[in-house]
Amino acid sequence: MIYVVYLIVYGFLLTAVVGLVASWIDRKVTARVQYRVGPPILQPLIDIVKLLGKETLVPKGASKTAFLLAPLVGLGGVILVSTLLWLNNINTSNTFIGDLIVAVYLLTIPSISIIMGGFASANPLASIGASREMKLVLGYELPFVLAVFVPVIHSGFSIRLGDIIAFQAVNGAIVGSWSGALALIVVIMCVQAKLALVPFDVPEAETELAGGALIEYSGSGLAVYKLMKNMLLFTLPFFVMILFMGGFRLKGIQLLYSVLRYVGLVALITVIRNTNPRVRIDQAVRFFWGPMTIIAIVAVILAFKGL
Amino acid sequence: MSLKLKALLKSPWVFHLSTGSCNNCDIEILDCLTPRFDIERFGILLAGSIKHADVLLITGSCNRKSVERLKRLYEQVPKPCLVVAIGECSMSRGMFIHSYNCPEPLDKIIPVDAYIPGCPPKPEAIIAGVVKLIGKVQESIKKK
Repeated sequence: MIYVVYLIVYGFLLTAVVGLVASWIDRKVTARVQYRVGPPILQPLIDIVKLLGKETLVPKGASKTAFLLAPLVGLGGVILVSTLLWLNNINTSNTFIGDLIVAVYLLTIPSISIIMGGFASANPLASIGASREMKLVLGYELPFVLAVFVPVIHSGFSIRLGDIIAFQAVNGAIVGSWSGALALIVVIMCVQAKLALVPFDVPEAETELAGGALIEYSGSGLAVYKLMKNMLLFTLPFFVMILFMGGFRLKGIQLLYSVLRYVGLVALITVIRNTNPRVRIDQAVRFFWGPMTIIAIVAVILAFKGL
Repeated sequence: MSLKLKALLKSPWVFHLSTGSCNNCDIEILDCLTPRFDIERFGILLAGSIKHADVLLITGSCNRKSVERLKRLYEQVPKPCLVVAIGECSMSRGMFIHSYNCPEPLDKIIPVDAYIPGCPPKPEAIIAGVVKLIGKVQESIKKK
């Protein structure tokens, strides 16, 4: 029963609220970088309320079940993974063997839901977007898993999130070591691709594909996708914080530091997205399989050496 | 119903459609999104896909070829939606009023909620038009 409370309160409500605020930070920082004023703080919420009130259209020739189910699958994945992360973050003994692997798997579900929705909507542009998303997933998963391996080595080959947080509470954050710093760079790049933000926003390139995989979504389907993306904007930096920065500590002055770290990560992601042009899909895959994989392998070797 | 429309007025995503305009009005629409005017302050965003749009901005004189597309796009906007005619051509067909290729003005084809005159209208005029449109919809909510 306690897990249901975790699922609803932490996994959904808290993550959604923080995610909406994070997406406002993202839009506000973007606006300030471009010397604009930017939207008011409630804007992301208003957008979602508006989309929920609009008509949902199912395109002719689309697979109706898959088209309507895909956003919910993605949202479900995000809720599950954020519940898992919060559980470990609040009490490190709430862990089980292999929950790190479960979290890595669940973080792929949103991308898979976008692929599902794109192929189900019977639109050529959406199909191109979905196939690009698929290639991007193939690209970033390899360096991402390699970089996630670094905290595992540091904490004595434990694949439990709770152990990784407990290890960092005693020995200091993993990002303080050489291998941890290198792995963090790789993970931030992968997070950028997982969120489909600008250097790697090939799946939903506004200018060529007019929204990509989400082009046919309207009304509540689009609202769920927007909510999913906003929640990912909390969940992924949170995952990075757990692996490399000792989690989101909630006690005393540590809470302030954690919030600052989180806002810093979101601002870094936003600045990367505002200072780069979009790459092509082949460039993105080459970037992840080339330099990023090499850096990740170097980080893993350094971690084995104990650095 | 009223919450739906209130949220719509706070975040109207616009889609601009040229039905044979000279591109001048389209450039002025895009000017509204630049740092000088920054209509994202009011939650207005430019949508890439018609399925994401709430407001249809129509420029141009509605020639025979584009009327079919115009009707099809109007059917595809998720309702509730608003339609704004921007520029002289979309209101009265402008200098093309006697042309064989522009048989009917826009408001005889689909219902129009606001007209913004000008050839092309200034960004200030477009913003003033949007403010009037929002006021009109707010009054219609109050009457209900």
